[in-house]
Amino acid sequence: MLRAYLDHAASSPMSASVVEAMAVVWQRAGNPSSLHTAGRGLRRILEQARESIAADLGARPSEVVFCSGGTEANNLALLGAAGPDGGLVVSAVEHPSVARVRDVLGSRVVVAPVDAEGRVDAASLRSALTGGTRCLSVMWANNETGVLEPVDELVEVARSAGVISHSDAVQAVGHVPVDFAASGLDLLSLSAHKLGGPVGIGALVVRRGVSVVPTGFGGGQESRVRSGTVPVALAVGFAAALRDAVARLDTEALRLTALGDRLIAGVRGIPEVRVNTVGAASPAIVHVTVRGTRADDVLLLLDAGGIDCSTGSACAAGVHQPSEVLLAMGRTAAEAAAGLRFSFGPTTTAADVETLLAVLPSAVERARSAFRE
Amino acid sequence: MRILAAMSGGVDSAVAAARLVDAGHDVTGVHLALSKNPESYRSGARGCCSLEDSHDARRAADVLGIPFYVWDFAERFAAEVVEDFLAEYAAGRTPNPCLRCNEKIKFAAVLERGLALGFDALATGHYALTHRVGEEVQLHRAAEPRKDQSYVLGVLDQQQLRHSVFPLGTDGSKADVRAEAATRGLLVAKKPDSHDICFIPTGDTSGFLHDRLGRRAGDILDARGEVVGAHAGAHQFTVGQRHGLNLSVPAADGRPRYVLAVSPATNSVTVGPKEALAVRVIEGIRPTWTQGMVAGPWRGLAQWRAHSEPMAATIETAGDTVRVTLDAPAHGIAPGQAVVHYDGERVVGSATIARTYR
Repeated sequence: MLRAYLDHAASSPMSASVVEAMAVVWQRAGNPSSLHTAGRGLRRILEQARESIAADLGARPSEVVFCSGGTEANNLALLGAAGPDGGLVVSAVEHPSVARVRDVLGSRVVVAPVDAEGRVDAASLRSALTGGTRCLSVMWANNETGVLEPVDELVEVARSAGVISHSDAVQAVGHVPVDFAASGLDLLSLSAHKLGGPVGIGALVVRRGVSVVPTGFGGGQESRVRSGTVPVALAVGFAAALRDAVARLDTEALRLTALGDRLIAGVRGIPEVRVNTVGAASPAIVHVTVRGTRADDVLLLLDAGGIDCSTGSACAAGVHQPSEVLLAMGRTAAEAAAGLRFSFGPTTTAADVETLLAVLPSAVERARSAFRE
Repeated sequence: MRILAAMSGGVDSAVAAARLVDAGHDVTGVHLALSKNPESYRSGARGCCSLEDSHDARRAADVLGIPFYVWDFAERFAAEVVEDFLAEYAAGRTPNPCLRCNEKIKFAAVLERGLALGFDALATGHYALTHRVGEEVQLHRAAEPRKDQSYVLGVLDQQQLRHSVFPLGTDGSKADVRAEAATRGLLVAKKPDSHDICFIPTGDTSGFLHDRLGRRAGDILDARGEVVGAHAGAHQFTVGQRHGLNLSVPAADGRPRYVLAVSPATNSVTVGPKEALAVRVIEGIRPTWTQGMVAGPWRGLAQWRAHSEPMAATIETAGDTVRVTLDAPAHGIAPGQAVVHYDGERVVGSATIARTYR
């Protein structure tokens, strides 16, 4: 069966050249922290990767702190900025690696509400500020809907309040232009495997002069903020993937936007389907609500029909849960449990979208027949 | 066929799914989430609701290379099975929640959802056989009597049986199924059997009933109405029960005493000698039929527990009442249990025991 992989926002496969770039590194002996020849050789490769990533992000090399991925970058940003007693403001549509900081910091976290499209604004952020706020955190592109948040407003509110600004840019980097210096952000998180790099590495970009309290302890390899040996091969793959993604960003944005438009046009032919990717959004994501279904029934049928896609939201013990993002946008629990995310990458073709559109209407119809309140 | 394989996380359902894959069917695994907070069952649970079981089921599906989903039936399970279980005990009866789950959840809600999604059948790891005779599907005991689970499937009707697949019914022993699981690389091969009621993972039914129904002290009486002991709640007892009575007044004849009756209305439990438990006639309500109603009277076999000895009986149905007259008296038949009737090896139907007569 012809299968279409439409879940790049979960993880996007590596290209052959990225794999090749890493392959030569794996076999080298040494630790980049060692002083001997082998260590120095690896250190040189690691720093080249760091410089490449920094250049592609509009950051200084010394501002790039490697870590294990987007989740660790977000955890480190929030806990590191809040410190032992500081407060945080986060938007109501953040990824769990940001949103669940409430489980750790409790009432020190204030949630800023979003509008019906899932966007936060300056007024919402401003009114969430408290005397103890140390950091404002709003994602760049939403991981479910793809909607872009107003990062400039975030930065402005943070600046005028004299607090740190952080953005989870995991779903943005490689899909929309991200320039760290120009953004005015203090902290920015990214992950390699969402943009065609390897799983297991990401980075927190920390503006020079901004202090982040380490959340773990050890050798302090990464700017004394993050400990643990940096996987050099993964960093090389990360850099190669980011270089490719940034180089093709403009043409890919046009191409993926066309694919998304085609998908949305096709979806509009199905009754009672609402498109949630509206306004400024990542060209790589189309998120819809299929009223009168359970999203996991549609997933089951699409999987059987050759489509890999996602609801975009979390499971609890394998049971699909209503999306916190859609709930924050004012949707009902039933609507929030009926979301589907299709996400694109470099390997996505027009044929993939046609394959999806060929099976989606009947899958929706069947899932509706299986749905009873 | 497109088959939905219910995968509990245990060895039987994993092997059942594997055989269907081998037979060339298009199989999708589904695990039922039946507990509202599976985390609470994490340690020591061997029931079908725990996180570990869900993981084991997923792992088996991955080894088989089939799609796998977890379906949340926690609310329905709580309403249809757990609440019913409590209500039955509160009314002095002895329910069988596994039968109830098969009737209301697995072969009802799950099967319906599967059929609506385009599946042709639901497969489980029950040990039972189905035979298609003409247009009809018959339900038979498994080839190996010690493994037979046809009793808990006795509530299924023809519509349900037409869409049911039991790949393990021909098996000789559990050891063979375990060996097969090991050969297939299914890590659940050595997993212990689950015997507990899945929503009471500690196995402490008495404690569960106390927690949910409360404690209410009352008297244990003998047949003459004399107080011979005390209890903490009549709902703790089952007709035919002998152990755990802690009677303070010894029996005059020194022989063991059994629970004869449980009366929630008066919160009393009546005990007496074994012969007082003897039952000749069972009256059942809510009849179900595997191939349609049989009015009778007809000669068959009656069974009222998962592994009790089937007893020869004459069975007659009038309206919604099934009357089972046993050839020889039997002991320990409790209201609330299901009586399943067989014609030889073939399951004919079931009823819920409402009353018994000597």
